Amino acid sequence: MVDKITVGYTHLSGCTGCTVALADNYGGLLTLLDKYVDLKYMPTLADARHIQKVDVSFVEGSVCINDKLAVEEIKETREKSTVVVALGGCACYGNITRFSRGGQQNQPAQEAFLPIGDLIKVDVYIPGCAPTPQMIRNVAVMAYLLLKGTKEQKDLATAFLKPLMALPVQGTACGASTACFCDLMTNVIDQGLCMGCGSCAAVCPVRAISMEYGKPNGERDLCIKCGACYAQCPRGFFNTDVIGEYEAINEAIMAALQ
Amino acid sequence: MGAELGKYKSCVSARSTDKELLKHAQDGGIVSSLFAFALDEGIIDGAIVAANKEFYAKYPSKCIQDNSNLDVIEPWRPIPAIVTTKAELIAAAGTKYNLSPNIALLKEATRSFGLDKIGIVGTPCQMQAVRKASLYPFGFRDVNVPLAVGIFCMENFPYQSILQLVEDHAAMKLESVKKMEIGKGKFWVYGKRGQVVQLPLKVTHKYEQPGCHVCLDYVANMADISTGSVGSPDGWSTIFVRSKIGDSVWAKAMAAGCFETQPIEKVKPGLELVTKLANEKITKNKATLDARATFGVGKALRNPYL
Repeated sequence: MVDKITVGYTHLSGCTGCTVALADNYGGLLTLLDKYVDLKYMPTLADARHIQKVDVSFVEGSVCINDKLAVEEIKETREKSTVVVALGGCACYGNITRFSRGGQQNQPAQEAFLPIGDLIKVDVYIPGCAPTPQMIRNVAVMAYLLLKGTKEQKDLATAFLKPLMALPVQGTACGASTACFCDLMTNVIDQGLCMGCGSCAAVCPVRAISMEYGKPNGERDLCIKCGACYAQCPRGFFNTDVIGEYEAINEAIMAALQ
Repeated sequence: MGAELGKYKSCVSARSTDKELLKHAQDGGIVSSLFAFALDEGIIDGAIVAANKEFYAKYPSKCIQDNSNLDVIEPWRPIPAIVTTKAELIAAAGTKYNLSPNIALLKEATRSFGLDKIGIVGTPCQMQAVRKASLYPFGFRDVNVPLAVGIFCMENFPYQSILQLVEDHAAMKLESVKKMEIGKGKFWVYGKRGQVVQLPLKVTHKYEQPGCHVCLDYVANMADISTGSVGSPDGWSTIFVRSKIGDSVWAKAMAAGCFETQPIEKVKPGLELVTKLANEKITKNKATLDARATFGVGKALRNPYL
């Protein structure tokens, strides 16, 4: 118990898809909870639901600024957590909640939603809708190594998390940084970096990207701004020192979950 | 030895022992034979490959289904496809020399095609995408790739570049082309009626995909097994066995008699040429990255590796 990291899960305006993705680690999730993580609070999966002091907070969903409780919760999450992880497209970039104009039942006046990074400082982004169980697992294991590991493990975790920590610094707005297909245009294609691998088309959850003559074509009206395409793009970020060691790192993660 | 050839456990010159596969192969039939063996052994359930117009006509349900203009597939335009049989492998064999976004099928392979174990062949950058997908699977849910075969790659071409090179420079219709090849410092176009046209590589440079010019990997360092014609005699391929998985698959395939091999030290031109070309690519593209850093006036172009 002493060696575990404390983790919380704040659930704002999100669809619970990220929660489901986390739970879809099945046995891996139980091992995580057994060995590495003391889950202090989490709606849906734990009894305790109120925000407490923790090492790492995962936040699912964007913040409805018309909802006093949501605004309080995101601020409290920041105050009580060492590391805040924006989990999924809504927390990172607003995702589909960006398109809300209000008027929905049963809270028609809740119409304005912001990515959490517009209200608090965020340390790590995990874009995607939903991020995969394996991605959440990898970040959870790395967060543990960062806080409790040996010097070597800390270095590895730092290198692994570095690009995910660079994403919040780039911001939350469309085109300006990492929020939607526009980012593939502005940061990869327009920069002469695209080599037509097809990663973006594969990971788009709404099939807004097709590969035409080997290059991505984005239907921007379909794009929900989850950030998966740009995050997945090997020419978005590619940390050769980490990815080059894929074999050893994958083995270490699998061994940790045995 | 520097880092230009990546990490590898063994390196040989090899050729498939399957005469039928060899008839359709680009060089030594390595990719087709490896996948045929891995399919037989249950190492993979299917493989993502670059197919074409003729393949699509025969196996439309095995091809990518997006807006890639499948109604009119031009000759020599690659279509990413899933193969599960040897007949399909043969139908898709051969190098296409233009962009085939194979990774676009990587998630679909587990969904529409129900593959638990996916084989994939691709260029070095596509191998990078596969490994990024395993460590940072933002959107690749439950994607398991037990065999990734990489091919040596100096650069790739957009489809329209191949059109330009073959129909303009080589003055041949694409539909009459039997095979294309880059080797011995030339771009070769072989016609179905036996005619051969060669273009100096110098002519091809301006048609290269610009995105290739920041790539620092020639021999698919991140593949399980990488292969290419460079370094080996005609009809043979050079093989780097890189990962534990690659080592195990290669050993099994050798034990099953899928390949005949020669020590790489014994063949001409051998590793010396591979090393030379790898260094050429890396040096040239590092210079491109440097030039990008001072591209504007006090403004840089983005560097994906930083």
